[in-house]
Amino acid sequence: MATQQTRALGRIAVAPSVIALFLWMIVPLAMTIWFSLLRYNLLDPNPACSPLTPWALTDPANRCLAGASNYYYFLTDPAFFRAIGNSLQLVGWVLAISVIGGILLALLLDQAIFGRNIVRLMIIAPFFVMPTVSALVWKNMMMHPVSGFLAWLFQLFGLQPIDWFAHAPMTAIVIMVAWQWLPFATLILLTALQSLDEEQKEAAEMDGAPPLSYFWHLVLPHLARPITVVILIETIFLLNVFAEIYVTGSGGRAGNMPFLVYQYGLISNDIGGASAGGIIAVILANIVAFFLMRMIGKNLEA
Amino acid sequence: MARAVSTRRRMFFTAFAWAIAFVIFFPILWTILTSFKTEGDAIELPPKFLFFQWTLENYGIVQERSNYLLFAFNSVVLALGSTIFALLIAIPSAWAMAFAPGKRTKDLLMWMLSTKMMPPVGALIPIYLIFRDFHLLDTRGGIIAVLMLLNLPIIIWMLYTYFKEIPGEILEAARMDGASIGKELLYVLTPMAIPGIASTILLNVILAWNEAFWTLSLTTKDAAPLTQFIASYSSPEGLFWAKLSAASTMAIAPILVLGWFAQKQLVRGLTFGAVK
Amino acid sequence: MGTIVLNNVSKSFGDVVIIPGADLEIRDGEFIVFVGPSGCGKSTLLRLIAGLEDLSGGRIVIDGVDASDQPPSKRGLSMVFQSYALYPHMSVRNNIAFGLKMAGLPKPEIAAKVARAAATLNLTDYLDRKPRQLSGGQRQRVAIGRAIVRQPKAFLFDEPLSNLDAALRVNMRIEIMQLHQSLGATMIYVTHDQVEAMTMADRIVVLNKGNIEQLGSPLELYNRPDSLFVAGFIGSPKMNILENNTIGIRPEHLALSEKSGEWEGTVMLAEHLGSDTYLHVDAGRRGMLTVRASGEFPVGPGGKIWMTPEKGRIHRFDAQGRAIR
Repeated sequence: MATQQTRALGRIAVAPSVIALFLWMIVPLAMTIWFSLLRYNLLDPNPACSPLTPWALTDPANRCLAGASNYYYFLTDPAFFRAIGNSLQLVGWVLAISVIGGILLALLLDQAIFGRNIVRLMIIAPFFVMPTVSALVWKNMMMHPVSGFLAWLFQLFGLQPIDWFAHAPMTAIVIMVAWQWLPFATLILLTALQSLDEEQKEAAEMDGAPPLSYFWHLVLPHLARPITVVILIETIFLLNVFAEIYVTGSGGRAGNMPFLVYQYGLISNDIGGASAGGIIAVILANIVAFFLMRMIGKNLEA
Repeated sequence: MARAVSTRRRMFFTAFAWAIAFVIFFPILWTILTSFKTEGDAIELPPKFLFFQWTLENYGIVQERSNYLLFAFNSVVLALGSTIFALLIAIPSAWAMAFAPGKRTKDLLMWMLSTKMMPPVGALIPIYLIFRDFHLLDTRGGIIAVLMLLNLPIIIWMLYTYFKEIPGEILEAARMDGASIGKELLYVLTPMAIPGIASTILLNVILAWNEAFWTLSLTTKDAAPLTQFIASYSSPEGLFWAKLSAASTMAIAPILVLGWFAQKQLVRGLTFGAVK
Repeated sequence: MGTIVLNNVSKSFGDVVIIPGADLEIRDGEFIVFVGPSGCGKSTLLRLIAGLEDLSGGRIVIDGVDASDQPPSKRGLSMVFQSYALYPHMSVRNNIAFGLKMAGLPKPEIAAKVARAAATLNLTDYLDRKPRQLSGGQRQRVAIGRAIVRQPKAFLFDEPLSNLDAALRVNMRIEIMQLHQSLGATMIYVTHDQVEAMTMADRIVVLNKGNIEQLGSPLELYNRPDSLFVAGFIGSPKMNILENNTIGIRPEHLALSEKSGEWEGTVMLAEHLGSDTYLHVDAGRRGMLTVRASGEFPVGPGGKIWMTPEKGRIHRFDAQGRAIR
């Protein structure tokens, strides 16, 4: 408990970060909503409509009210459905791989093994790799259809090498992103596992609990909270995967929502369309976040 | 507790774990090895693992051709700058929320977390235009501001969980000793929270270093960090694997080392204190 | 100087009333103890005096100056916390000097004062250590050193001994009392331990549910408790309360006999302490009684005994638990 005076000072102390974050959230959002209602193309300075000088921030000549048409075009663009599908696939697959794989790996690393610290270092390393590096290394040196390492491995086992980015770009992106996030899940679940009471473990051993039921009744409930945290955080980041798609140039077929908006805005210079896409992405993210928070809420409150 | 584990079982798990660790670590290892090869050896099939002509020439060429040091300097400035500025406004905030909480403090913290839920693409277009109009594109100051705001919620959350562990009585003792709030923060709270602040810095330097969406969108040359440097290798130059590997190794090495040191704090920071 | 006057002081957190309204005059140089069970508001009252909590109502006057709205740093009081609250990153020397530095005293003066305080508390050899390198008793001394070096108007102690083991507690108790004698400063001491209250206080404030139940010297409280609550709280073993909470008699005020007396009973259990023997007696319709016998007492469990209350040592209470005199 604190006094009036410290609470008053506290409000002053919180103010800068609250104001900064509020502006960071609200100003771009408001502008995006406004732009999404305009016909506004950086490359087309003279659209066939009367200019909207009063609201103009800069170069007023090239924008005018467009109503909901940007939304209409964005939502009916076949690329939109592909992007949504790709976004969901990417999130779903990487979550599945990293959570299930993470649990198994964490259980393995929790065993009495030699050189556990070194093993852990090796497994966590991919998480620290810059996304652009990961994209280029995977695309060229690992997945190159002729001289990539995987091509050699496939041939070694008498299989036909896959031209990943030509035939299965989504799979390639999933592998790449999962490679980065599996370590994250493993690290967090392992940390949680190691906080499982040693006496509990011993008691279970004394009770002669078979490993599976021990896992099911003791370990899994203990991991429930960290697993929800992993899902929450990975979802935030996975919905926003961008660099891997941008750098590998697989946006055409594996492009997700962020990539599509980027494409509309900074490649086609269609600010209105990109803004409508951005708003749709925000709405979708909020729907996901809403269910996520509800699902996770009770688990995090405790 | 030491538990008797049969040696055979232990050997089995050890072999298994090492095998998986090797597979997961392999792309990094392979990159590092390739960076020491000649371009010819780099694309040789079957791959040459250790027995090739070791050379350092790629590192020299990479620096010469694309000025690695400038990008690396930018990465350091952006990562450290954004973290330090964020700390300056995050420390008072976290102090207030930890030691003078009001009825809405919990809501405020959740709201801060929720700003991380906003997809960056929702803000990309306006930020890009604002940056263009105020001539902030490709400037270090502009990117530092963006990275600072991006990581501010995480920094505040991390500091908050660390501050929560400091007994309030010690701050009250400082107050009884006649310290003003400012001095209480400067002489008592901050020094006591040094380990927590250090981990916060570490994690945020890592996050800022690897941030790719904003740095790729808002920089081209002058303020471009290593993310951009590597992305420039996606052009046909990317076919020069040895040089790509040397560039990649240089881009990830510093953060790999930092990250290995920061493992434990990382868990705490990235889970907003939910897992320690 | 160090007079502290509480004038209808009240405190509530939201809807929860901790202290409904307390009036108290603390004299200069007095050793006053706030005692009561946990949750009685004694620590809150101390923190109100310190300025660490806001008043909900009333006034606090320190040395004739209304301090109600002053921040803690302006009140000129020192506090010793239950957890000691030492600054873990500072040496013992800097812990003690911190308050003086905040007051902006010149360095030589600070050094002299720290040296003097350290000598008083036998801390001279530990000045360069960090708190974590000290024992519990030494940490306690550093906390006291930090308090005395500023020569405050009054000292506030918040259950300072509760983290020490029993033997050390007795030693520190004596040290604090000696300190009080040598400094002559006002001290307010909060404890839940009635033994500490009885042995240390000039006057005791017994708190119950935020109300001051009784204020008086230790012997006044022992001999003439105002209420059932005070009667039960002060004294060890506890006073026997009989006849539907209307009669009270202390275990040491019952004369014992193996042959005859007013009340008859059967010994259920005997606690032999050497110097005394405590007998737990089933006195039939009067209920269970505790009786103290000096030295050893030959009757064991199952034996018959007779008890006679000493003249004038019976306390009578009305239905509201107030003493009838």
